[in-house]
Parts: sequence; C-alpha cells; structure tokens
Amino acid sequence: MIEKLKPEPAIQSSKDASKIIIEITGMHKWFGAFHVLKNINLKVSTGERIVICGPSGSGKSTLIRCINRLEEHQEGKIVVDDVELTGDLKNIEIIRSEVGIVFQQFNLFPHLTVLENCSLAPIWVRNMAKAEAEDLALKYLERVQIPEQAKKYPGQLSGGQQQRVAIARSLCMNPKIMLFDEPTSALDPEMIKEVLDVMVELAETGVTMLVVTHEMGFATAVADRVIFMDEGEIIEQKPPNEFFQNPEHDRTKLFLSQILAH
Amino acid sequence: MAVISETIPGTRNSLTRLWNNQQARSVIIQILTVAIVFALLALILRNVVNNLEAIGKEFSFKFLMYPAAYDITFSPFIEYTSRSTHLRAAVVGILNTLLVAVCGIVLATVMGFLMGILRLSKNWLINRLVYCFLEFTRNVPVLLHILFIHGIIVTQLRPPRQAMNFADSFFLSNRGFFIPQPVWEPIAWIIAVVFIVSVTFVFFFRRWAKKVQDETGRVYPVFWISAGVIVGATAVAFIATGMPLSWSIPELRGFNFKGGLAIKPEFIALWLALSYYTSCFIAEIVRAGILAVSYGQTEAAAALGLTRNRTLQLIVIPQAIRVIIPPLASQYLNLTKNSSLAIAIGYMDVVATVGGITLMQTGKEMETMIIVLLTYLVISMVISGFMNWFNKKTALVER
Repeated sequence: MIEKLKPEPAIQSSKDASKIIIEITGMHKWFGAFHVLKNINLKVSTGERIVICGPSGSGKSTLIRCINRLEEHQEGKIVVDDVELTGDLKNIEIIRSEVGIVFQQFNLFPHLTVLENCSLAPIWVRNMAKAEAEDLALKYLERVQIPEQAKKYPGQLSGGQQQRVAIARSLCMNPKIMLFDEPTSALDPEMIKEVLDVMVELAETGVTMLVVTHEMGFATAVADRVIFMDEGEIIEQKPPNEFFQNPEHDRTKLFLSQILAH
Repeated sequence: MAVISETIPGTRNSLTRLWNNQQARSVIIQILTVAIVFALLALILRNVVNNLEAIGKEFSFKFLMYPAAYDITFSPFIEYTSRSTHLRAAVVGILNTLLVAVCGIVLATVMGFLMGILRLSKNWLINRLVYCFLEFTRNVPVLLHILFIHGIIVTQLRPPRQAMNFADSFFLSNRGFFIPQPVWEPIAWIIAVVFIVSVTFVFFFRRWAKKVQDETGRVYPVFWISAGVIVGATAVAFIATGMPLSWSIPELRGFNFKGGLAIKPEFIALWLALSYYTSCFIAEIVRAGILAVSYGQTEAAAALGLTRNRTLQLIVIPQAIRVIIPPLASQYLNLTKNSSLAIAIGYMDVVATVGGITLMQTGKEMETMIIVLLTYLVISMVISGFMNWFNKKTALVER
C-alpha cells in the first residue's frame, strides 16, 4: 500500500498517470547462440492492455514468458510490481502468484477436475480453506460461463471450454497482471469467439493485460497499445487505430498487409 | 431389386445365416476354441500317463517325505541337515528364492529410481556417467553379470585370514561378507511397540492435517513432522529402555569367522547382479514416466506460484506414477524369474534344490518340475496381483 503512494516516474504511454507495474530496461535474451530478444525496453502501467504481434519467431512469446520468469533473461532488468526478477526463488514465486498466464496449449492438469484445477493454487499458495477456494473457483467459472462443467475432467471439454477454464484458473489467484500467449491459436474457428468474448469482458475489469495474438479485431476493440516485434526487437508501438492506419516501418507494413490480406 | 433382397434371406440355408450373424458367429468360435484347447490338454495328459506307465513310474509326491541326503550350504531361516526330508529341502529352496527376490526388488527399486532421476540431471557429467553405466549393463546378459560378480568375490578377495578389514567389524573375504549382527535384549519389544504406535499416530495426524487444511487452509509441514515423530519417539524409547542393543562382531577363529552375520558369496553375487541389472530397466521406466508428463504441466504449475516440491508432489508424480507402475511390475516379475540363474553359481534356490539335486536323486521329473513351476507361478501371481491393486489405486481418471 505504501509503495503505491510513492511519487511515480514519468511514463511513456498510458491513458492516465497511473503506476508503472512492469518495467523492462535493456533486456537481452539468448537461446544458446541465438539472440532471441535484443535490447527490449518496455513500460506498462497498471490497467493497461497491450497486444503484441509479429511474425512467428519474432520473440513475442519469449518476451511475455520473461515477465513471470518462465524464461530467464541474461542481460538488463525486469521489474514487476516493484520486485526485480533475479535468481531469488522466493521473489519468483511471489511474482508468479501475482501474474497469471494463459498458454496456447491450455496446460490444464488432466488428472484433476475443472474445479480442482481452479482451486489448487488458492489452496496451496494462498493457504485458503477448501470450501472457500471452491467458492472462489465457481465464481470465476461462472464468469467464464462454464460453472456446469466444474465436476468434469479437462479431457471431456472442448478446446474453447478448456481455454476458458485455463483463464478461470489464472483468475482464481486474483492476479494483477494477466499474460496471454496466443490463447486462440490452437482453437477451431468457432471456438475462438467464446474465448475472445471472455477476454474482452476481462479487459473491462481493469486488470493489466499483455496479449500475444494475431486477432486484430481484438486488438482494435480492446488494446490501449499495439506492439509490433520482429527478429527479437520492438519495431514500433502505437495505439491500435494509428498502428493499423498509419504504420511507420516497412516491416510493420509488410506484416499488416500479409495478415489483413484476407 | 426389392424383390431380390426380400427373397435372398429365405433362400439361404439356416447354417449360413447363423454364420453370418455377428453374435452367433462369435459364440460358435468361442465354443470351438474351448473344445480344441480341452482336447489338446486331454491328449497331453494321456500321453504323460501312458509314457510314465511304459517306463514303470508312478505319479506321486511320496518322495518328499524321504531323507534328502544332500547338504545345503545356505539356509538362513530354517534348520536343515542332510538327514532332513526332500520336503524340507524344497522349503529351504523356496525361501532362498523368496529371499533373493525380495532383497533384489527392494535394491533394484531404490537404485532404479535414483538412476532414473540422475539420468534427467542437467549436470552433463552425472547424466553421461549414468547413461554409460545403464547402456553397458543392460546390453550384457544377466547371467554374465552374475558370473562376473561371483568371479570377483571368489577369485579376487582373500581367504578369511587375510580378509579386507573395515574397523575390525566388517570383513570381506572369498568365503563371504561378515558383518556385525544386532542382538536385542528381551526388553526391546517396548521399542517395537513405540515404533508401531508412532506410525499409527502419524497415519491419523496426516488425516487430521488434511482436514485442517480443507477447513482453514492452514498447511502443516506434514512430511517433517511425521519423520520427526517416528524417529524421535523411537529414539527416546531406545534411550529410555537403556539401549538394549548389542552387536555380535565377527571374529576370526581358525580358518573362518565366528559370530556376526555371514553373507555367502553366492547370495551377494546373485543379489547384486540381479539388482543392478534390473535397476537399469527400472531407471529407463522412471525416466520415461517423468518425461511423459509434458513440460507444460510443470510450467503451468510454476506460473500459478506453486513451489518446485509442490509441483512435483501434486502435478508431476501423480501423472508419472501411472505410466511407471505397469512396466515396473513386469520388471519385478523378470527379476524373480531371473533368480533361477542362481544354479549357475550354486546358490541353493528352488531350482537348485527341488529342480536339481532332488530330481537327480529321485528321478521324479514330473513332480519336481510341477513344484518348481508352481513356486514361480504363485510368487509371480502375488507380485502382479499386488501391482495391479496398486495400479488401480493410483490410476487416474481423466474422463
């Protein structure tokens, strides 16, 4: 609470002068000899909704996975909610319990029911009573509109339903930041909408969101800022209208012409 | 067309119709199969009876009551002399088979899980060392391993007078390993009782802790408290009863050791070789089981803020164990049956006693082979029965 009252540094881009929740400065990452992220500088303020796009292999997934340290960066600094990400395991656990992530492949726990999937972390990380954790889980399952599936196993659900459970599972930890790593890429076309609807609704609640996606409709409707990445660098970042109508860089233009061609 | 399709069924004879009915056909095939199997069995049995009659042998187990008149060098559980009966010799053999099977399964499991986990280590040296050991061991027949270990013990170790001496209490010689034997005073039953009570307490404590967690969310360090209670209570009981334990230390008398526990070279060789050979297969099974749980599961659990240990306990192990159990059961069965190679180095198991010397002396090949066969069958069924039960218990529903 006290930290929130501290004077805030000047911010780069935000709707209002709110607090910076993620600050990445001069960050580099290598996979072996492959330089996957090059000199990333990014500030995200609380409540901001960012869409990250770019050709495959551009490092967008790796970038958001660095934010909860599913990937380790080798150079530079990442500060999330005033905690710097270092090798300190306790810090990492704290950050991870504040940052939710939704994966392309859902990664639900197949041996647990939907309800258990959602209540697991509140019980073991937040030390919540079982009944309380299950109420919480049901509340979020209702929000993603599948409370009736609570007793089923993930294997019995459709892809869209599984992804919505994955979103509910993250929300049960009441995260300050939600990361989405291509949440609709593994879904059949008719299921993409039900997941995007949930995400749009989530965006209205004011949680900070970073979404890697190629759903440009979603970007236009929800994003405060669109970031375009290529070959491990942030090429340009703008509010969605400007980004789509008035891209500066040739690479951005090329990318947009390719994905908007049909 | 309609006319033809209506008339055809009527024109087919009833047998063809029966054969073309899916249900009827499967019943007919089953009846035929059972009939053929029983006919074959009857044929074999008749053949046996006829042949035994032709050479003037009767089928009976009376020989089991006659004196065996041969020595068994290794009988750790029951008294046996050359005047004992063939039945007693058979029991000694069966017990020796059980001993090496049980000891082997325990050591193979411990070594197998350890090596399986080390094989997944990110440390290049550890990983490669284990890999080389595994590949070398599991690609050489187990009989060679048994002969190799036995050979090392009997040819490379010195006789008891020049035995390798560790702290004047452990001796390794070519006549076997001699180690101190614990000797409990009568009062030691109190320690045993305390131990059992503390285990029972831990059982109920765990259920209580689960209940408290469900109700209030409070998580106790269940593992450490359980371990502390069992070790602590037993240690207190041990000290309170005045440490009623002494050790019988092996001592050199004449040409051999007296006192202590003597472990025969044959047993050591068979036990070690079977264990480390089988552990290599178990290591691969464990590794496969852990790798079968996709890395996404670990990532998802970590991303929720679960610690590494909780991730293993709640997410990885429950999914891995299900993949591990069925092939693990096969390895236990293999180890048990491979123990029949004991005969190569003179370890007196059921094959060496009943199936070997008793057979030679009495000429009762049918009867002795039936005993040997039933022994392995019963042991194997017990093991697989237990593993099936365990598998059912850990098997996880996914839909």
